[in-house]
Amino acid sequence: MSLALQLDDLSKTFPVGKPLFGPAKAHVRAVRPVTLQVETGETLGIVGESGCGKSTLARMLVGLLPPSTGEIKIEGHRLNNANPAEFGRSIQYVFQDPISSLNPRKSIRSILEVPLKRLHGMNAEARRARISEIFASVNLREEFLERYPHEFSGGQAQRIGIARALAANARIMVLDEPVSALDVSVQAQVLNLLARLKGEFGLTYLFISHDLAVVEAVSDRVAVMYFGAVVEVGKAEKIFAAPRHPYTNLLAGSAPVVGRPLTPPEAKGTELPDPLNPPPGCPFAPRCPKATEICRDVDPPLEQMGEDQFAACHHPLDA
Amino acid sequence: MTQFIKLLARNQLALAGGIILSIVVLVSILVPILPLQPPDVTNTADRFMAPFSEGHWLGTDHLGRDLLSRLLWGTRLSLAVGAAAAIVAAVIGSAIGIVAGYFGGTTDNVIMRGVDMLMAFPYILLALAIVAALGPGLMNALIAVAAVNIPFFARNIRGITVGIAHKEFVDAAKLAGKGHLTILTTEILPNVVPVIVIAMSTTIGWMILETAGLSFLGLGSQPPQADLGSMLGEARSALITNPHTSVVPGLMIFIIVMSINLLGDGVRDALDPRLRSGALSRPKPTTTVARQSSPPHGPGEGVLDIRELETQFHVGKRVFKAVNQVSLNIEPGECLGVIGESGSGKSVTALSVMGLVASPPGVITGGAVFHGGQDLVGARYSTLRRLRGDKVAYIFQDPLSTLHPLIRVGEQLAEAIRVHHPVGKAELRQRAIDLLNDVRIPNAESRVDSYPHEMSGGMRQRVAIAMALANEPEVIIADEPTTALDVTVQAQVLSLLDDLRREHNVAIMFITHDFGVVAQLCDRVAVMYGGQIVEQGTTDDILANPAHPYTRKLMECVPELGAGRRELAAIPGLPPAVDDLPPGCAFAPRCHKAQAECTKAPIEMTRGGGRAVRCLYPETKLVEEEPA
Repeated sequence: MSLALQLDDLSKTFPVGKPLFGPAKAHVRAVRPVTLQVETGETLGIVGESGCGKSTLARMLVGLLPPSTGEIKIEGHRLNNANPAEFGRSIQYVFQDPISSLNPRKSIRSILEVPLKRLHGMNAEARRARISEIFASVNLREEFLERYPHEFSGGQAQRIGIARALAANARIMVLDEPVSALDVSVQAQVLNLLARLKGEFGLTYLFISHDLAVVEAVSDRVAVMYFGAVVEVGKAEKIFAAPRHPYTNLLAGSAPVVGRPLTPPEAKGTELPDPLNPPPGCPFAPRCPKATEICRDVDPPLEQMGEDQFAACHHPLDA
Repeated sequence: MTQFIKLLARNQLALAGGIILSIVVLVSILVPILPLQPPDVTNTADRFMAPFSEGHWLGTDHLGRDLLSRLLWGTRLSLAVGAAAAIVAAVIGSAIGIVAGYFGGTTDNVIMRGVDMLMAFPYILLALAIVAALGPGLMNALIAVAAVNIPFFARNIRGITVGIAHKEFVDAAKLAGKGHLTILTTEILPNVVPVIVIAMSTTIGWMILETAGLSFLGLGSQPPQADLGSMLGEARSALITNPHTSVVPGLMIFIIVMSINLLGDGVRDALDPRLRSGALSRPKPTTTVARQSSPPHGPGEGVLDIRELETQFHVGKRVFKAVNQVSLNIEPGECLGVIGESGSGKSVTALSVMGLVASPPGVITGGAVFHGGQDLVGARYSTLRRLRGDKVAYIFQDPLSTLHPLIRVGEQLAEAIRVHHPVGKAELRQRAIDLLNDVRIPNAESRVDSYPHEMSGGMRQRVAIAMALANEPEVIIADEPTTALDVTVQAQVLSLLDDLRREHNVAIMFITHDFGVVAQLCDRVAVMYGGQIVEQGTTDDILANPAHPYTRKLMECVPELGAGRRELAAIPGLPPAVDDLPPGCAFAPRCHKAQAECTKAPIEMTRGGGRAVRCLYPETKLVEEEPA
């Protein structure tokens, strides 16, 4: 199996309260060093709650944010210069808010033409043919090409966003909450379209979402993030059924499920640790029912637990 | 564009300003071919002739030059210089603003502090300094006026650009291979052009005044060349003896600046999307009621009884039927779930109960809402106001926007109580602490003095719940209260709501799009689609055996945790637009069971076994009602 994407110790630190000259007063670690591999043709789901760093990670992957440390290898090549145009040919991004990701003052055709012209230098004739082809593959009628973004519903706009990502002809796509702004009945249309395109074009997906059920339904493997770090990685069918990290367990237990009685999943506070003053040990320790002295002192590394599951925990749950 | 002109023409003052300005501009364009006397030829024998004299309609000035000719040539020059200054200021200022706003960080900081320094000088002092450095002359006056106005454009445009630069379409353009310069010119600029036009249209009059001011001081146009400012300046010494020499150019300045300002305000109102959508027309304190038929009779069942409610939005000629014949009732202590997708009318139903739908454009066109034997639709504002937050309380989706950011949460809670019950200060504080304890906020004694921004999203939503509970309401209407929260926090808030309704015996109308939430919290469920209730019954019945094809399909679409990787079910097509509803069943175009009859006439509710469904071919037959 070839690797589509390899991340080594990728991290991002943002300065806080930076004066006009001189160093910043403090730093927030949005993403703590992350090491991950994604195989070609795989869908890796990334889940986590708001503020866990999943969007920051995604923006580094496509070169929209320069990483503070570490490196990204795409198909074996190191692309670390944070130049989105260079990234654009091999990795593309589908945004959460389908409407605001389309410039309101441009027709759909001129939006789709940009990657063809800029990244692939196609002439007008070739662009026209390619746009028709892409538009057909996302199930949209060609007459929509001359319209403007505000004339579309969320589901249609998201398909246009996917068409734009396809137009760049990248083989890896970062999908950042691609269906969370859509209604349930439309959400499945987009997810199924994504699944079909993946087979058709041999794409690799990074699927970011806060909805565990959606991630489980579309992913091969899932990475769970908490407070800027990956705390557990495993096969989609196993990670929520048999979590090793207590946080994964808490997430799985919190999702409302038909037929499960309503019980509060945890009695302690749900406050995240202060990112300006992170605790020395495991950031989940203050909320963890199994936390002991070592958890509060030493941040556990990601270790293999079981055949293809990794978790960062001193006291993992039984398989 | 036609819409813009239509909007502009509706504003009569702007229209008048536009007409006057067009005449002035047209005349000053035609000046060289008009049969005017030469403006600069002096004839001291004819000095200070009064207006309407032979050969000089407006009289002559102190050197005997024809005032009409000088006025028109001067107007031409003043307009040209003012417009040129406005364009120069707009181009340079906007460029600075766009660059600062787009790049942000240190670039922004350095540029904007420079602009701030420029702004710190009184404008006339700055203009004088520039002219003093460059020397007098019309061109230098133009440069000075433009320079003085650059900060105005830079600050305005920067503010707008900052908002646009963080939009996702800018990121998308970067990924599509566009460089910074291309993004600035092709992505950002088209979105800020309306703002530049607005800023220009409101400042060009000001710049004409400033140029006239410099000329008045002798720093602008040099004699014998006439512009409106220098004409005023030259006439100053004869102000008392021959007032017409000052009045003529003075009136012209007044006419130009007034008409430009009137037109500019009109342009701004027509271009600004917030003003266009009527944000300035404040909604009335209650929703307008215009019932077309006699309302259903009371007193109604349960603690809240909504009967055949119809709420519409009237926007221009279009009518959006957001809520259509909705009937719901809630028993004391019961939790009723209202589930539907966006645009199904669930939130508008909730807001209609207390007349909270914004009017205009909302209108309640039929039905009744009974509470305590009283019809709330059409009740007086004072009645609704007494009940709002007292007997019927609301919890909204986003606690950050429902709590006042500058008031401590304890005071906000106290205010909610004080509005309805006269209670002393010390007791109010104690009640606020008790309420925070009720919603399980740790350290309530210290948290009562926190500001909303000091709390997490889950904590803020607890405060909002505490506020809803403050006056021991009979009904709480919760509109997607957990949608903005993380799953772990959502689980806690839901179990809190469940505990509270048992402790306080309060009824909850819970509006959501999530079947999982409904299943865990609600006793009964109403499913809405296209503004109507399509199915109603107990949660267990509906979840086990949905009767309406829409309910069934919708439930199949919801992915459930634990089922592994799979193809998800989808409903083909899109939800209907409520300004163009089909005559029959709104779901028929997307329904696999739809027959010709489904699309002909409105479908009636079929009732049986404590359930109701609006379908001719339900998935399960409802049990016939057994005679008691």
